[in-house]
Amino acid sequence: MFEWTQKFADWLIYQVFDIAAESDLGAALNFFVYDTIKILVLLFVIVFLMGIVNMYFPIERLKNYLNRKKLYGLEYVFASTFGAITPFCSCSSVPLFIGFVQGGIPLGVTFSFLITSPLVNEVAIAMFLGMFGWEATLIYVGSGLILGTLGGWILGKFNLQPLLSDWVQKILENAEAKEIDYDDTPRSFVQRLPEITRNAWDLVKGILIYVLIGIGIGAAMHGYVPENFFAEYLGSGAWWTVPLAVILAVPMYANAAGIIPVIQVFVAKGVPLGTAIAFMMATVGLSIPEGTLLKKVMSLKLIALFFGVVTLFIILSGFLFNLLL
Amino acid sequence: MRSIKILGTGCPKCKTMFNNVNKALDNKGVKANVEKIEDIQEIMKYNVLSTPVLVIDEEIKIKGKAGDVSEIESFL
Repeated sequence: MFEWTQKFADWLIYQVFDIAAESDLGAALNFFVYDTIKILVLLFVIVFLMGIVNMYFPIERLKNYLNRKKLYGLEYVFASTFGAITPFCSCSSVPLFIGFVQGGIPLGVTFSFLITSPLVNEVAIAMFLGMFGWEATLIYVGSGLILGTLGGWILGKFNLQPLLSDWVQKILENAEAKEIDYDDTPRSFVQRLPEITRNAWDLVKGILIYVLIGIGIGAAMHGYVPENFFAEYLGSGAWWTVPLAVILAVPMYANAAGIIPVIQVFVAKGVPLGTAIAFMMATVGLSIPEGTLLKKVMSLKLIALFFGVVTLFIILSGFLFNLLL
Repeated sequence: MRSIKILGTGCPKCKTMFNNVNKALDNKGVKANVEKIEDIQEIMKYNVLSTPVLVIDEEIKIKGKAGDVSEIESFL
């Protein structure tokens, strides 16, 4: 699918710039051009497709659905799945949380959504697809969904209500299953297409700089870091590399787009894929800014519990992948 | 005078919406009382799930995205 990109990169670097294909510089530049084009195309396509899905399944619709139906445990799966397809913005997590709680949706189910929403997002999917191929992407998305489902379910087993802020507890007491209005005026697909295209374009423009920096660093490392560097010096098979990678990743957030190209080089140079996926999930799934925002609605103890459960699950899935892959 | 409220917890999209609202007002020469609502309890009174939200004369016009200038102009 991307042969044309490779041809273009070969032509640009080896013919136009006349840099030898065998040189480190040539290899690095070629990799940079190829990866940048491929990732940008994938980003646009994935964000565009997600935009279409979202047009048919806005978040308000999920909430009303969860309110109306008794799902016998499946509600965790639903909330987690919807978390994955809803574009995540850390600034929306608080209104979402309150909106769900206000509507009488159980806290555990709300957490399922909150876990998966940042964990599986369109930018990370596109980057993953471009860097590791579809199999690794499926594993990443699948484990993100399972993580959200299980994480929410387990959190739901705790008595969480006393750990919410006072004003949220009051809301909880008065919770009623009220429907939220949303714009479901029948607009045709074609009518909405320009807006979806523009949103996809805006998003790609917004993260372009991170992608360029990430791929730039990746390309530089690709040409200069020797094969099996990490396997040799970091003992990358050792059990502690997974928790270490995850704990290092939690404070990083904004650079999700930039960090994946770097991880790809790590993998190419000997870091196991499971460790890489765990690192990446911790990068995008948990972040300090999100924790700070959630402080308005829950106690530090609950945030710690929430982050703790998710971190633990990411570490466990990292171990599992290293065993399986 | 019209009342315009921008609900949002201070994320980049909320700032974009605020700027776009001001541009739209300038372009159309409309005067309005523009208010930023950043208090989450206040925001939740509008029963919304995603921010930023544009409220004109107590009616929700846009939610969950910044909205561009021409779109906002169409509501003025």
